[in-house]
Amino acid sequence: MAVAATLAEAPPEITLDNLLASPRGRDLLTCIQCGTCAGTCPYGDVMDWPPRRIIGMLREGLIEEVLASDSLLFCVTCYACMAKCPRGLRLTEVLLPLVKEQTFVRLPDVPAELQKALTNTLRYGNPQGESAKKRAAWIPSAGVPVRVLSADPRPVDVLWFVECYTAFHPRGQDNCRATAKVLHALGVDFAVLGSEEKCAGECARLAGETGLFETLTDANLKVFGKYTFNRIVTSGAHAYDALTHVYPSRGLAAPVEHTTPYFARQLAALKPLLTKKLGYTVTYHDSCVLGRHSGMYDEPRRLLQALPGVKLVEMTHNRINSTCCGGGGGGMWLDTFFKAKGQERLADRRVREAVATGADVLAVSCPYEVSRFEDSLKVLGYEKKMVVRDVVELLAEALGGPEGGAQ
Amino acid sequence: MAGNIWVLAEHWRGRVSDLTLELLTLGRELAGGLGTGLEAVLLGHGAKGLAAGLAADGVLSVDHASLAEPNPEASCAALAALIAQRKPQLLLVPLSNVAADLLGLLPPRLKIPLVNFCRDVRAADGRLEARCVLYGGKLEATVVVPGAPVVIGVLPGSRPASAAPAAAPPVTDVAVELPGDLKVRFEQYIDPEPGDVDVTQKDVLISVGRGIQTQDNIALAEELAAALGGAVSASRPVIDQGWLPLTRQVGKSGATVKPKLYLAAGISGAPEHVEGMKGAALIVAVNTDPQAPIFSVAHYGYAGDALEFLPALTAAVKARKA
Amino acid sequence: MNTLVLMKMVPDTVEELEIAPDGKSLDVEAVRPIVSERDDHALEQALLLKDKHGGTVTVVALESRDVDEVLFTALAKGADRAVKVAAGDAMLTAAETAALLAKVLPAVPNLLPAQLIVSGCQAIDDLDGVVAPSLAERLQLPYLGIVTGVEVAADGGRATVYKEYAGGTRGRYVVCLPAVLGVQAAEKPPRYVPVAKVRATMKAKTIECVEAPARDEASLLEIAAMTKPQAAGRAEMLEGSPEEVASKVAEILSSRGLA
Repeated sequence: MAVAATLAEAPPEITLDNLLASPRGRDLLTCIQCGTCAGTCPYGDVMDWPPRRIIGMLREGLIEEVLASDSLLFCVTCYACMAKCPRGLRLTEVLLPLVKEQTFVRLPDVPAELQKALTNTLRYGNPQGESAKKRAAWIPSAGVPVRVLSADPRPVDVLWFVECYTAFHPRGQDNCRATAKVLHALGVDFAVLGSEEKCAGECARLAGETGLFETLTDANLKVFGKYTFNRIVTSGAHAYDALTHVYPSRGLAAPVEHTTPYFARQLAALKPLLTKKLGYTVTYHDSCVLGRHSGMYDEPRRLLQALPGVKLVEMTHNRINSTCCGGGGGGMWLDTFFKAKGQERLADRRVREAVATGADVLAVSCPYEVSRFEDSLKVLGYEKKMVVRDVVELLAEALGGPEGGAQ
Repeated sequence: MAGNIWVLAEHWRGRVSDLTLELLTLGRELAGGLGTGLEAVLLGHGAKGLAAGLAADGVLSVDHASLAEPNPEASCAALAALIAQRKPQLLLVPLSNVAADLLGLLPPRLKIPLVNFCRDVRAADGRLEARCVLYGGKLEATVVVPGAPVVIGVLPGSRPASAAPAAAPPVTDVAVELPGDLKVRFEQYIDPEPGDVDVTQKDVLISVGRGIQTQDNIALAEELAAALGGAVSASRPVIDQGWLPLTRQVGKSGATVKPKLYLAAGISGAPEHVEGMKGAALIVAVNTDPQAPIFSVAHYGYAGDALEFLPALTAAVKARKA
Repeated sequence: MNTLVLMKMVPDTVEELEIAPDGKSLDVEAVRPIVSERDDHALEQALLLKDKHGGTVTVVALESRDVDEVLFTALAKGADRAVKVAAGDAMLTAAETAALLAKVLPAVPNLLPAQLIVSGCQAIDDLDGVVAPSLAERLQLPYLGIVTGVEVAADGGRATVYKEYAGGTRGRYVVCLPAVLGVQAAEKPPRYVPVAKVRATMKAKTIECVEAPARDEASLLEIAAMTKPQAAGRAEMLEGSPEEVASKVAEILSSRGLA
């Protein structure tokens, strides 16, 4: 894939210092300063240093001024600037991570919530600070058998990389149970890592904590190396990004898919099993990862359209124009920071748009979105009007049968 | 001959603490069981009047200018001298900010044992056993209380508070040599800014802990507090984050509250927090962990997510009004 | 301004604590050590004083599993020197730790006298003592605990120290230096140090290791049993969805004239 090849050309040896001397860096010099990036940035009105200005400062050798600002904490790495750049510059893949990293190490005070998430991730392998031993706690309630590789290390077809919010957050665990049901219904040979799994680290990486990312990558790769599997399927959109675009250059050879497109590939087998009529009007929020970064706009929609009795309506900003929930790049733990700067939560903004469609279900494909949008619905007073469901939850609901009901 | 049971009478800004009164109940029980007497130790300056409320056989009073406000150096010197002179069997010390330093200094000063974090002391099998809280309440140790003299640091809740005695106990003034040049000197108190809520005066407190997760979510507690005519308080982690002012803190370093309703939302219930609220008439706790220690002190509990429960309760309360 | 920071490892209560087969001690195999939270604050307070007044910060801890990472992290945060005391395998009590440190610290080259010694004012395993005041006694230094702020006078001979009381009130004290302070909370939350910086510090710096003399002071306490607490009087647990439970609670409140 073109995107993966790009990152292979921006291996860890690229630093902000030598960036402009590298092939990808020289591309940045072709920036025409049009400002589309700034215009499309969801926090564009408070982003002191959108890519255009960063590149300008880089060219002038004035990058230190950019790095001394905390403005890059507003970058939620939503890929909007990169997707819209008329020069096709790999902004969110190459430039922004480097700038965010250097900004992070210069911060006089790391906002407390983000600090806690990072410290927890280092120590416990998850930002919530839960004991790693509890990562498999959801399994007994799955309703279908779920193999844990440490208990049964035989080769398996699919290594299901569950991810942190999915494994520990109550709503994430709903997603887990739903995913397990669908995998089981399709007769997939799958297994999970259980307590051996650690955060994939993508959000830590894009918040600027590359050292933490390296530590997590090393740990996960070591665990992957213990087992034999054909592919990785993950519920976590950010985990998908890391596993697909960065882990290969660190040694991961297996193909990686996210659950949504993975199930979409198997629609022919899945569709006959989707027997329960749901009767919802659904609007789909394109996640930044699956959408703009990976170009998978149709796959989730095909799944939703296969659900009996479901009507799909689109928000004004859909597909490439979808607006970020604000959870990426560390944003998941920066709401207090954003609030202190007088900014609205991006999730609130998006939820208003979703509610305006008149739909009763907001369908998503990233566990952060479930948490963030449900929070916004509550805060804005819309919790009676609309619910948030991961696409996979809807699939499980439509499976019907004794276990197929809604949570 | 076995010495007396002593209780260090903790007082601050003119008031003897409830914890001291609990320790007097405990001390009386132990003294009775051991066939010895109970004395309260009152260190202070011009505080002798407080002796009248202490249910003990007698009060040992040390009055010195250096003891006017809590001063661990002066208190430790005074108590060490008293203990050497009068050889009590056991000294019960309230576990509070006022006496905490003393609890750390006195045992090594006299090279005597300390039993800390104690929530109960009883005679069993011809010896005294203390039940002590460890690791934030996760485990309990039963400790054999060593021979005399020994210092025991006692948590709130061991016994009911003793009532003031019908007749004031006899007071013995004890003169103690204190160092003239103290290395630790009290200067003044700095009280928090006025204009904020006094949580100790509220009938209803909706209290938030780590489980509230973000500063924004505190709004959920504010809404419920408003619906019930109460105020929002918090455990230490929330205050440490700066999400609420210090005056809202409930617990060992914060306020002790006895509201009619204390709703603990996302609070685990570590002893330092429980200390500040266990006297509430009705305690309702919400925590995702069914094993959270808060459920031991709560009257009603819900093993669920506070972020879901708070708005649900607000809605239920408003629906009743409608 | 030279400050000594004492850091202690305690069991991490995020993990389940198990009781050893003897029924009266902690199963140490199941314990995941973590630095005592108050000690992290003590380190932060020491670093804040260094930021302001210059000088050096030395961190001292007993050897244990995972202590190296704690010490390297302290160095990465800005401490100048890290010393670990090898005291054998056993988990020492607070009183035993203080006794040991009182013997060892004077023997470490260029360590004492320190102008200021700081540590947390309390840890979750302080059953038989508290390290900071115990050490103060043994070193015959003044002590003040439950500290939430420290200002050092220009001549370095005294410190203005803020001690926390109930209801948000603080007491302002003057303490002659050298002294030991038991920190409750630093003036700012403990700073973050990027993982890459800690890893780089592990390569660039070393931790000094000091052998401890044979221990001659054992804890004065005998533990008869250790148990997971019986909830003496447990809450009546309400079941159902948040809405169902809320409804029940609203009814309870109503019956008490609260809603």
